[in-house]
Amino acid sequence: MKFERYGIGIVKGLMVTIMHLLRHPTVSQYPEQRLNTSRRIRGNEFIWDQVKCTGCGTCTKACPQGAIEIVTSTSQEENKYTVDKYQIDTGYCIQCGLCVEACPYEALYLGYAYECAKYQRGELVQTKEMMLESPLRKASGYFSPKRAAKLPKQTLLLERITEKK
Amino acid sequence: MALKTEPFVLNMGPVHPSTHGVFRMRTTLDGEVVVDIEPIFGYLHRGVEKLAEQRTYTGIIPLTDRLDYISSMNNNLAYCLAVEKLAGIKVPERAEYLRVIMAELQRIAAFLIAVGAFLNDCGAFFTPFMYMFREREKIVDLLEMVSGQRLTYNYIRVGGVSQDIPEEFLPALRTFVAQMPGFIDEYDRLLMQNEILLARAKGVGILTREQAINCAASGPVLRASGVKWDIRQADPYSIYDRFEFDIPTGTVGDCYDRYRVRVAEMRQSLRIIQQAMTQLPPGPVKAAVPHLIRPPVGEAYAHLEAPKGELGFYLVSDNSIAPYRCHIRPPSLINLTALRDMVRGWKVADLIVIFGSIDITVGEIDR
Amino acid sequence: MMPVLNFGIHHQVFIPAVPPDWPGGFWWHWLFFTVVIIAFVLTMVMGAIYIERRGMGRMQSRLGPNRTGPFGLLQPVADAIKVLLKENIVPVKADKLVHWLAPVVAFAPALMLFAVIPFQDGALLADLNIGILYIVAISSVSTVGIFMAGWASSNKYSLLGAMRNVAAIVSYEMPLVLAIVGVVLIAGSLSLNRIVIAQDIPFILLQPLGFFLFFAAGCAEINRSPFDLMEADSEIVAGFHTEYSGMKFAMFYLVEYAEAIAIAAIITTLFLGGWRGPLLPPWLWFVTKVMAVFFTMVWTRTTLPRIRIDQLMALAWKFLLPLAVINLIITAIQVLASWPDTLPWTLVMIIVNFTILAVLVLLWSKFFFRLGWGRIEV
Repeated sequence: MKFERYGIGIVKGLMVTIMHLLRHPTVSQYPEQRLNTSRRIRGNEFIWDQVKCTGCGTCTKACPQGAIEIVTSTSQEENKYTVDKYQIDTGYCIQCGLCVEACPYEALYLGYAYECAKYQRGELVQTKEMMLESPLRKASGYFSPKRAAKLPKQTLLLERITEKK
Repeated sequence: MALKTEPFVLNMGPVHPSTHGVFRMRTTLDGEVVVDIEPIFGYLHRGVEKLAEQRTYTGIIPLTDRLDYISSMNNNLAYCLAVEKLAGIKVPERAEYLRVIMAELQRIAAFLIAVGAFLNDCGAFFTPFMYMFREREKIVDLLEMVSGQRLTYNYIRVGGVSQDIPEEFLPALRTFVAQMPGFIDEYDRLLMQNEILLARAKGVGILTREQAINCAASGPVLRASGVKWDIRQADPYSIYDRFEFDIPTGTVGDCYDRYRVRVAEMRQSLRIIQQAMTQLPPGPVKAAVPHLIRPPVGEAYAHLEAPKGELGFYLVSDNSIAPYRCHIRPPSLINLTALRDMVRGWKVADLIVIFGSIDITVGEIDR
Repeated sequence: MMPVLNFGIHHQVFIPAVPPDWPGGFWWHWLFFTVVIIAFVLTMVMGAIYIERRGMGRMQSRLGPNRTGPFGLLQPVADAIKVLLKENIVPVKADKLVHWLAPVVAFAPALMLFAVIPFQDGALLADLNIGILYIVAISSVSTVGIFMAGWASSNKYSLLGAMRNVAAIVSYEMPLVLAIVGVVLIAGSLSLNRIVIAQDIPFILLQPLGFFLFFAAGCAEINRSPFDLMEADSEIVAGFHTEYSGMKFAMFYLVEYAEAIAIAAIITTLFLGGWRGPLLPPWLWFVTKVMAVFFTMVWTRTTLPRIRIDQLMALAWKFLLPLAVINLIITAIQVLASWPDTLPWTLVMIIVNFTILAVLVLLWSKFFFRLGWGRIEV
């Protein structure tokens, strides 16, 4: 006689839930306990390298949202472009990272930070002075393995949970 | 003397706990019995197909992330397959394997959500949903490690993938593949044989084999009705012909079969990942593709087995940097056409269960 | 200590409604216990909310509320404050008076139930000699409040929820009462205090089937999972209290937990030996047992899916009711047979009773209880 339809299924389910009462919960307490994000995180900020950028505008063409604005002027004696205006409206940005991939000179990076909420929409626009790299504004390792190697290792839920079954 | 009762109209949604987004069902009820139902959608319409006509071929990939937002990798892959077919681009070997691994990981994640939400609709108060989200979180962690985002991965590119996997990815994936079957067993113990679930889902919302084929259903909904149709084997794309896996099918085509097929497919996906992981060759991950792709004039249709069914992209090129026309065949929308036949005569509670068992994403229906 | 069974012993002693040695007489007694009951119910509801949210959280592999106070102990207080400060919204087409009255009508009976529940020997508001009858009568009254809420909201979800509720309660009263009758037969009294005194061994051992039936029917009566389809959040949003907010919603929330506590208290009193227990003071035993029963309810709520309305009805009429009648007959035979109440015979009785439970449930679910597939041609 099979007992499958006579309450055994319910009892099995009840055992699973009661066993979870004894296990460690999987959640983490966010503001106090921060897990490391991916080394390749596509954060809300942009890091722009003033020296490497030649003002070619490839990032602008690659951006599907049209969030990057670049204005350059030619300087005849140095035989290159100078970037007069370079700003990204992160309100339009969808963090797809295509601009970073498109940049031929590795002058543009996505930021490592992820808490970049602002109170006003105007504050979301990042100008070129704001986009310079600093210890507070780290660049993420998206599309640059060299930078990724320096960033802390990502916390994986997979490794934090030791018990199973 | 028969008591005269009058049917009344109940608008379920667009704001309702279990319509999986902003979906509206205009139901006509006779007491608790569903007399008629009219699905109304379009609340999440963003005009993705039209937007695609104004973007470069690479720039459309982030848009496809936002179609069926819980299986972004598969959407990316389907679109890239269409462009590669259109432009005749050959993808490197390693990239093909990476695509398969990512697509299968994403499939497991999508099925976890589908099954969790279905069980939640049955009334199991968030417990299976929480357990399955825990495992989905592990997959999302892995995909985040590779692509840098947790939901809109934008990882697969025309001609390969965007970057190679980091070195810590494969060990983590190995751990995951080893652990996951234990957790799937746990879900089975939790509710698979539960008498109440059997009473709620077995025999409910039957979609017969003929009905399923007639309304062009695909994916687990079709396979639960007993049709052995999986595009991964019926029309192998990418390198799926190299892997060995079974196609789980149901017999009756009720909600319980759809649930069982999904759980069984998770195990098959794990098998595919296991094989792909061991065969993964070294090499480049992206073919030499120009920034602005200009495919020759022509048209191409590529389809793949997304977690919800057959996802197809139809592209027409006029040799410019943007497609002339982009049409998407969303599996959720086509599967949804079977809903009315399935729910008529059942109770309101069954309507929710049947609707949950189809597993739709509104982002894909409305596009 | 030998357990003593009170099979067939008739209590001829008349118990007055007021303890004779109480200072100040009836009114002081009344005032004291009213205050105690209200305080008890509110405290227990807070404890219940805490246990439910934390316990359910841990069972779902998360933590549950832990920010307010130590271990989140103040979460119920925070919930209460939040909900009281919310705006009170009444739908335009609502029947204002009924809409306003419904939570009160629903809340009063939940509180009144505790009047006859003994916290320890003789410590209860009114030691009615028909205590059980009082409970059965009063516990149905809150249905009126719930139906008023569903009707007055002029919302289709509310109406559906209210109709489900009325249908369920009308059906589940019968197995509930029949399960109680078995206990009454053994104890030989309708007074709850007497029933507790009669439980030298908890009646769950002598009446396992009765306990099972009472627990299931009780859960259905107070809309606890798996019978919570009156407020099924995934189907009809929130059932009868969809259109309630602010203070009035808080009342319904309170009713829900007060009723759960009440049913747990009744189960404790009828089947688990009430306030009786070694070492600890009686009221502490009572509270512990109530919370244990409540935890079982939380546990089932966490695990089980919800059943459908026709299945709910089928379960009441085709499963619980026949079993309750059979249980009543078996108990009557056992009582009439005047089984000797010495220890080995009691053990035999316990084993016999548990066997009856297993055999009956198995047989019934195999041969007699069939659920239809529920489809109606339209």
